[in-house]
Amino acid sequence: MRVIAVPGSLDHQSVDGFLDASLVGGEGKVLMDARHLRWVDPNGMVALLAAGSVIRDRGGVLPRLELPESTDVQGYLGRMGFFDAAQGIYDIEGPPARRGGSTSDVLLEITPIQANVDVHSVVDRVQARAGAILASKLGYPASAVVQFSVILSEVCQNIIEHAEAPGWVAAQAYNWARRLGRNVVVISVMDLGRGFRGSLGDEHSGRYADRWSDATALEAAFLHGLTRFPDSGRGQGIQQIRRQVRRWDGAITIRSGTARIGQVPEWDDTPPMVDGLAPFPGAQISMILPAREEA
Amino acid sequence: MTDLPLDPIAIDVGSLVQRTVASLYSHLVTRQTGRAVRMAIESQLSEAGRSTLSLVDLSEVTILDFSCADEVVAKLIQAHAPGQGARDAFFVFRGVTEPHRDQIEVVLERHGLLAVAETEPGRFELLGIRSDAEARAWSTVEERGLVGHEEVDTLLEDGEARQALETLVGRHVIFRSPISGRYHALSRLVDRLM
Repeated sequence: MRVIAVPGSLDHQSVDGFLDASLVGGEGKVLMDARHLRWVDPNGMVALLAAGSVIRDRGGVLPRLELPESTDVQGYLGRMGFFDAAQGIYDIEGPPARRGGSTSDVLLEITPIQANVDVHSVVDRVQARAGAILASKLGYPASAVVQFSVILSEVCQNIIEHAEAPGWVAAQAYNWARRLGRNVVVISVMDLGRGFRGSLGDEHSGRYADRWSDATALEAAFLHGLTRFPDSGRGQGIQQIRRQVRRWDGAITIRSGTARIGQVPEWDDTPPMVDGLAPFPGAQISMILPAREEA
Repeated sequence: MTDLPLDPIAIDVGSLVQRTVASLYSHLVTRQTGRAVRMAIESQLSEAGRSTLSLVDLSEVTILDFSCADEVVAKLIQAHAPGQGARDAFFVFRGVTEPHRDQIEVVLERHGLLAVAETEPGRFELLGIRSDAEARAWSTVEERGLVGHEEVDTLLEDGEARQALETLVGRHVIFRSPISGRYHALSRLVDRLM
């Protein structure tokens, strides 16, 4: 049995290494060992689902998930809807029943995105909760909930229109006291579709010739707004998301295949481009929105 | 004979969204929803005469994303640009308040379009990329509501602004009566629909 050790901290910083590791090895039974998981953010949770789905699809057997020993982490995964989303992806022995506890502290539980109606559902849910969280945790004005909803809508549509495969979205607020000295909201959106290179290839690979790669495809979409659609109204979703994230002094990175591209503010030392990752399918988007400095 | 051979049409986008996506909420999100709403608007237009003036009311829309703004505003205007369709269609967008304004301006600029919008009650603005001369000409007509053909040289002293006035007529953000030749601000023409 192949054992994949989930790192103790699975978040936006460690998620690429985890996804790469999930691709190592062949078919056969897989144990996803999350016993030592002590900290997980939306990127980590959604990456667990993405990695489990890839392993399942390659091997034809559900990988087994060894649950975190920490009951706090188990409870948090439950409140974020992880165990519901993991059905059909992982074989989990005795997944903890969702405690009667409130999910009021959750900004957006893990939500599968497969159709337009799911995007409407995300916007509806966020409308009900995000205003208070964005105001109290980040010090954003009440109107920010609109821009926040628009960002989520556009990024989720990216899955439906370009990935042509299902995905997930999740968001949560945290106190990054040590890391940044401020609260942040972390948003993760991942899919297992054809990725940016696959989506843009037919229309744009020719002009790049042998330079065409995951990295150049990401640059084309992320920096230049290229899309596979000839319509000039298309391709602006990511551009507008970048613009809004910049206004909030936030960070956005997108991994697709072997590369990750980012727009990072001064407080983040993530490199703007990373190449040479393992060829993980689809696209993985991470956004971090920090509290206003005076908040 | 009337000076305004335009069929007035009131379009409540909020209720169109609710009918289109069977939602309790009036969120105008996703391109598919935007396309469906635009088709519903087109359907209303098809039942009207050859020349129409539509008040597209976004007041009840809570969230408007860029994809929907592209469909419901930009593509609607594009489809009825002079020379594009069988209809002479004029549009005024109502309820373009702060939460919607950025999305609408972005799509207008991306397509090089102009639109008349009510940005707060009783206040109308010309949105999209316009030259200084176009802005002056539009504001002059907007402030007066109605400008006679014979008043143009007095009100718009520079030739650039007079030329811009004709451009704005061609781009359907000012209506020139084919009967009297007078220039009408669209904001006044939609008064009866508000």
